[in-house]
Amino acid sequence: MGWLSKALSGNLGQKLIMSLTGLFLISFLLEHLLSNLLLLKSDGADFNAYAEFMKTNPVIQAAEYVLFGGFIVHIIYAAIITAKNKKARPHGYAYNNPSANSSWFSRNMGLSGSMVLIFLIVHLKSFFVPHKITHSATMTIYDDAIITFGNVPYTLFYVAAMCLLAFHLNHGFQSAFQTLGLRHPKYTPFIKKLGTAFSILVPAGFAAIPLYICFIR
Amino acid sequence: MNLTVKVWRQKNSKSEGKMVSYNVKDVSPDMSFLEMFDVLNEDLISKGDEPIAFDHDCREGICGMCSMYINGRAHGPKTGITTCQLHMRSFKDGDTIVVEPWRASAFPVVKDLVVDRGAFDRIINAGGFVSVNTGGVPDANAIPISKIDADAAFDAATCIGCGACVASCKNASASLFVAAKITQLALLPQGQVERAARVEKMVAQMEAEGFGACTNTGACSVECPKEISQDTIATMNREYYAAKASSKNV
Repeated sequence: MGWLSKALSGNLGQKLIMSLTGLFLISFLLEHLLSNLLLLKSDGADFNAYAEFMKTNPVIQAAEYVLFGGFIVHIIYAAIITAKNKKARPHGYAYNNPSANSSWFSRNMGLSGSMVLIFLIVHLKSFFVPHKITHSATMTIYDDAIITFGNVPYTLFYVAAMCLLAFHLNHGFQSAFQTLGLRHPKYTPFIKKLGTAFSILVPAGFAAIPLYICFIR
Repeated sequence: MNLTVKVWRQKNSKSEGKMVSYNVKDVSPDMSFLEMFDVLNEDLISKGDEPIAFDHDCREGICGMCSMYINGRAHGPKTGITTCQLHMRSFKDGDTIVVEPWRASAFPVVKDLVVDRGAFDRIINAGGFVSVNTGGVPDANAIPISKIDADAAFDAATCIGCGACVASCKNASASLFVAAKITQLALLPQGQVERAARVEKMVAQMEAEGFGACTNTGACSVECPKEISQDTIATMNREYYAAKASSKNV
C-alpha cells in the first residue's frame, strides 16, 4: 500500500482527504440538525429518548469514533496544508488587492474553521461532556438545553458561530466537489446552488432553535 | 499625465530588495504599461542610474514574459490581458502605482521585477508533451476529434505560462498552469498514450518545486490573461486520482 500513502501525502492527496472529511462532516450536520428539531417539541420526552438512544446504541457509539476521527483529520490536514501553503510564499506583497479576484471567506477558511472549532469545544463542554463523558449532569439533556439556550450571551455566541459556519460551508461545499474533480456543465450549477442553499438553511436552522428557546418560547 | 511609481528594486537574487519611488512625467495615456517603464528607464539611464530590470518580449500578449504585479494584481487592474496590453489610460493623472515582482518561493527574484520561472519549464519537461516520431506530416484530418473536445483543448492550450495564476493565488499554487496542460493533452487522442504517466509526473514536479496547494478561491482564473477556467483544475484532480488508482506504476 506504499503507493496509496505516497499518493495521499502530496498536495492533491491531502486535498482529497480534506474534501472527503469535509463532505462527511456536512452529512453529520444534517443529522444533528434533524435531531435538534426535537427540541422544538415542548415536551422533552422525545428529545431525551433520542439522546438516550444515541448514548447507548452500539452502532452509534462506533459511528461517534468515526465522527471524531473525521473532525480530527479535517483539522490536522487543514493545518498541514496551511503550513505548506504559507511556505510557498515566504515574501508577501507590499500591496495586495485579493478581493478583486476572490471572496474573503474563500481565502480565510482557516480562520472561519478555527472559529467554528472554538465554538465546537464550548459546545461539547456544554452538552457532550457532562451528559456522555463525566455523567455530572444533574438534569435531563432537554432541560439542560432549555436552560443553556435561555442564556442570552450563550445563544448569541451560538448564532455568531452559525454565521461563520455558513460562510465556511458556502465555500467548502462546492470546493469539495471541485477538489474531487466532480465538475460538469450539467451538474456543477446544481451543486453550487445546493451548496449555497445548504450553507444558508442548515446553519439558519441550527441558530433558529436556541433563538426560539431564548426569545419566543 | 504625471505619475508616482513605486517599484521593487533588488540588485540580485542574493541581496535584500526594497520599494523605491520614482516620478514619471509626461506619460501619454496611449502608452502601454511597459512603454511607461521604457520612459522611466530612459530617464534613469540619463541620470546615470541603473535601469529597472523587467521581463518582456512580444509585447502583444502572446509570449507570457511580462510579469508585473501592479497595484496588488497580476498584470494590473484589467482582466484578460497581460501587462504589455495594459495601457496608461487605465490610470489617472497623479496616481501612485505599486509594481512588484511575482512572489512565490518557486519563482525566486533574479533582479528587480524579473523572476526565474524555470520551475514551469521543469514541470513541462516532466510530462507536458506528446512523444511522436518525426517523419512525414500526417494529414490534419486523419484523427477525428469532436468539436467540443477540440474547443476545450484549445481553450486550455491558450495558456502562455506567464505565472499570473501563481502570483495571484494566496497559496502560490501552480494548479491552473499545470491543469491547463494536463487538460489539453488529456482531451486529445494524441495525448492518450502518456495520459496517466503525464499527470503523475507533472503533479509530482509541481510539488517538488514548492508551489502551494489549490484551495479553490478561483483567483487564478480571474487574473489569467487567457481566462483559463477552473474546469481544468477539476480535470487535473480527476486525472490525478484516476491515474493514482489505476496506473500500473506502483
